[in-house]
Amino acid sequence: MKRKDGRKIDETREIKCKAHVLDRADGSAEFSFGKSKALASVFGPREMHPDFMKSPQKAILRCHYDMISFSVTERKRPGPTRRSSEISLVTTKALTPVIQLSEFPYTAIDVFIMITQADASTRCAGINAATMALAAAGIPMKDLPIAVSVGKLGKQLVLDVNKDEEDYEEKEEPAATDIVFTILPRTEEISLLQLDGDISPEELKEAIKMAKKAVPKILEKMIKALKEVAK
Amino acid sequence: MIIKKQEKQITDKEKESEKTKVSVSEEVKEKKISKGKTKREIVVPGEVVVEGPDFLPGEGVFREGNKIISLKYGLVDKSDRFVKIIPLSGAYIPRKGNTVIGLITDNSLNGWFVNIFGPYPSFLTIAECAEYVNKKRPLADYYKPGELIVAKVLGYRGKGLDLTMKGSRGFHKLFGGLIIKIGAFSVPRIIGREGSMIKLIKTKTNTNITIGQNGVIWIKGDDTKKELLAKEAMEFIASRPFVDGLTDLVEEFLEKKSKELEINL
Repeated sequence: MKRKDGRKIDETREIKCKAHVLDRADGSAEFSFGKSKALASVFGPREMHPDFMKSPQKAILRCHYDMISFSVTERKRPGPTRRSSEISLVTTKALTPVIQLSEFPYTAIDVFIMITQADASTRCAGINAATMALAAAGIPMKDLPIAVSVGKLGKQLVLDVNKDEEDYEEKEEPAATDIVFTILPRTEEISLLQLDGDISPEELKEAIKMAKKAVPKILEKMIKALKEVAK
Repeated sequence: MIIKKQEKQITDKEKESEKTKVSVSEEVKEKKISKGKTKREIVVPGEVVVEGPDFLPGEGVFREGNKIISLKYGLVDKSDRFVKIIPLSGAYIPRKGNTVIGLITDNSLNGWFVNIFGPYPSFLTIAECAEYVNKKRPLADYYKPGELIVAKVLGYRGKGLDLTMKGSRGFHKLFGGLIIKIGAFSVPRIIGREGSMIKLIKTKTNTNITIGQNGVIWIKGDDTKKELLAKEAMEFIASRPFVDGLTDLVEEFLEKKSKELEINL
């Protein structure tokens, strides 16, 4: 089966990434899955405000996800929304397991993710951009978490859905389904799994396999981009 | 040193023909070159640095089974059996005993608040200050907000870092000169191996330079031109993290620039 845009079922869109794109941030990166583009910047470890959120055991990781008004076809009202708060939270939870937060007690590490152009799977692009930016900021991490999405076209599972595929619905399979994975490539552990829609346990297992298979390719591109900047 | 010893041994023990001597000196040259120009590998977090039980994990790496894995993005440094990562970017993290240049931001009843451009608020008490303080006079008479000091990090206590200016003549308030700020991660390169690089800049530009480990550098010379030259040289080093044999390049750069600027060194 071929998809509308000519991709195979287990093929991601074109991946582009670049590290150290902003001068004033400690670390920054750009990551894009086709038309979905994300820009991440990392500040810190820096002084924690408000004071009561300080932890004597570890640094606090704070991720902020937002879409820029012009990133979608109909203007997005600026400022935080219910959706952006949720994605900020899941991004934080997806990245926390790998970062060595205990090395920087009483501090905060701030990650700002901006979606500059949206075409579905923006949180995946956002997490990948954040991963690269954190690495570029010299923050100690045990692994580079990679995010990728798996969706459903009717009964067929497909990798890295775009907007058309995300909204695709069939009469027999009414719910549009997509799943977001964040996978730690070295140990193949999953640090984030979010499901929208309906899926059977067998299909979910299949989806996990599909996502894990896609990770090495994305990781390779990321490492290449990080090393290229250094030269 | 080892190479010299080898040479001595060879000349003492065996008086060989000239041909072999030539080959020995050639070998020595090759060794020196390869020591100076070993390309360091760049690694990313999660990447395997070395495998096997022959190495010990240092800073920025961890051991998992038989492998030593990188925690940071940077250059691999293998000296003897220790493996560590030299970071290429990142914010300054204060460590106990660091010499830093800080900015006075405010004073309280018993000391001064200092900004050392790190993640913790810092404080300098009257007792740890470099000069005698008469309590009848306001503290701002000694250090005003906006002035810079050289101080040492004592450690984390209570609500932030404690600084001290006791223990060395190097800790004092800064008068005149030029202040520049670079990334804290490029400080070791600016100092060079056993201070070779900074010595070179100091002698070539005839300036007095104090480097804070937080990346703040104070340059003072008798001439603004010389101060600016020293600044340019340090920015030159900071922008080239991957060049080997940088000392020679900096020497060349300084000589070329001083001719252009018509500075007599």
